[in-house]
Amino acid sequence: MPDPVLSIRNLVVEFRTEDGIVHAVDDISYDVYPGETLGIVGESGSGKSVSTLALLGLIPQPPGRIVGGSADFRGRDLLKLKKRELRDFRGKEVAMIFQDPMTSLNPVLKVGFQLGEAIKTHFPKEKDSAVKARVIELLGLVGVPNPDSRYDQYPHEFSGGMRQRAMIAMSIANSPSLLIADEPTTALDVTIQAQVLEVMKRVQAETQAATILITHDLGIVAELCDRVLVMYGGRIVETGDVQTIFGKPRHPYTIGLMDSLPRLTEDEEWLRPIPGQPPSLINRPSGCAFHPRCFHSQGRVRCREEVPELREIEGEGHGSACHFAEELRERPSRFAQTVGDAA
Amino acid sequence: MTELEHPGGPGSIEDRAGHESAAVAPVTQAVDGIVVGGEGAIADTTVAAGLEIQVRSQWSYARTRFLRHRLAMASLIVLVFVFAVGALANLVAPYSYATLDLANILHGPTTQGHHFFGTDEIGRDYFSRVIYGIRTSEEVGVFVAVLSSIIGLVVGAFAGYYGGWIDNILMRVTDLVLVLPALAILLTISALLGSGSQWRVSLILAAFFWTGLARIVRGVFLSLREKEYVEAAKAAGSGDIRIMFRHILPNTLGPIVVNGTLAVATAILTEAALSFLGFGIKPPLPSLGSLVVSGQSNPQQWWLTIFPGLTILVIVLCINFIGDGLRDALDPTQRRIRA
Repeated sequence: MPDPVLSIRNLVVEFRTEDGIVHAVDDISYDVYPGETLGIVGESGSGKSVSTLALLGLIPQPPGRIVGGSADFRGRDLLKLKKRELRDFRGKEVAMIFQDPMTSLNPVLKVGFQLGEAIKTHFPKEKDSAVKARVIELLGLVGVPNPDSRYDQYPHEFSGGMRQRAMIAMSIANSPSLLIADEPTTALDVTIQAQVLEVMKRVQAETQAATILITHDLGIVAELCDRVLVMYGGRIVETGDVQTIFGKPRHPYTIGLMDSLPRLTEDEEWLRPIPGQPPSLINRPSGCAFHPRCFHSQGRVRCREEVPELREIEGEGHGSACHFAEELRERPSRFAQTVGDAA
Repeated sequence: MTELEHPGGPGSIEDRAGHESAAVAPVTQAVDGIVVGGEGAIADTTVAAGLEIQVRSQWSYARTRFLRHRLAMASLIVLVFVFAVGALANLVAPYSYATLDLANILHGPTTQGHHFFGTDEIGRDYFSRVIYGIRTSEEVGVFVAVLSSIIGLVVGAFAGYYGGWIDNILMRVTDLVLVLPALAILLTISALLGSGSQWRVSLILAAFFWTGLARIVRGVFLSLREKEYVEAAKAAGSGDIRIMFRHILPNTLGPIVVNGTLAVATAILTEAALSFLGFGIKPPLPSLGSLVVSGQSNPQQWWLTIFPGLTILVIVLCINFIGDGLRDALDPTQRRIRA
């Protein structure tokens, strides 16, 4: 395997609030390899966004605080960069696609100008005409029709899907080697989602950038990702390639997620949610953070008392943070069954 | 009839929606034009797929709204005329502001010798003096407005964007300036320095006038710095200054323009008051305020008060009407165009 573009080690991020310290990200480590798409899934508040925002120094400090860890990007630790150096990284080496295209574009500036800004921020000496040509090319690449006339339009003249395309165009403007997409389709309706995903795929093929895709939509993960991290309560609970995670999940939380997906092939009245509430990040449950909701724990003491480590299981690259992951071998997920049924 | 003004109105939504799907398969693009697009699109085949939407920016809406605002437009025309006369005083005025006509002292308005507004107590042509007075007041007004807007903008921007202790210091300074009795201090300064050139008076006025705008701009920056597009700009590598002045500033232009316009009127009035009290611009250069004073000592000669007084009235009224018009026009929540 080639060297990773980004390797995060033991990242810990906290937020200080009036109620106490929120452990948003607690000791996570992962690698991102060139050209791959890594999906990070988890419910709201599981720390999936924070773990990536921290890389770009976009966590407001205070109240946020990066307590420890390192983020090695091509031999440099992003967490130790000075403000000025970090600014050079942003948008040029590491770019970000935000969740809501409706609010991520400045309403009073023309779209073309905003894209041009993204380029000029890093290449101030570039000629205006060259920048404009590049912007129009980018708009064309992400499937914005009539890029010439769209260049001079304002965001309110773009529909949601078009805006997200423009945002994608902006993120790849400087050919970054890492693209972070934070729920890029959450704010879009389903038909537009599909189109934007197409664009993401095309862009990825074009730029060969490594991509971190943050989402809570397992369908998107299955569609786009090569590898998956499942996060719960600020920790990584399972990691592996897409087939493994969907086919043979070895963590009760992942299994719960898969089971909660509705299936078209089954005539069922009710969805199967994971019981209970997401954990409070201030007073986390002792031991395994998932144990109060876990069907597999069955009141075992170890779950309550010992924090499970992410350990390798069944072959390379598949890790699970469950003390009793081996016992789950005989339990294929319903998702896998569905795929099996279909095949 | 307003619908006709909006080619980018109701029809365009379908256009875009139709276009979205066309983007995935660009081949089908050309066909769409026949399906979508209103009456106009089919007729013009050169217009690609009926997508030629007339670009209507916020500014073009604002411009249209302003142009339809009758009172503001009339005021603008009057003001442009008056200011042009003032700016071209050298060419327009029949005499210099200091030329004496000793044969005609305190003469009433007459066409004889072009003394349209009469003459004052030492025989200077009052028409010319009013015109030069307009020039002075205009210079003061515009200079104060520009300078105080810049100060207010910078102070407000830094306070609002950075928050915290920077905000605290800047806003306490603003409060301090705001609570100072401006006129009393202006009088004291003028008394200490004596009356001076219009530029010095303007500088002193500007030092007091920026506070209102600073507060407005701070408020806007405070709310806008939390916007996602600011975060997006940060993620794209923009620095603080760039974000403040290229990304956030355009959003605050509305209040700045309105405030600046009204500042012109306030500055002219304050300067007139100062001159009236004898602490303004050094004679013999006339300002509208000092001209009104010469009527005070000659109450029988009505023209000495009426003409400069009316001029001030017209200028300030016009500016205020324009300010109102601008406020309505730049209000982004108002989409309606006055018929």
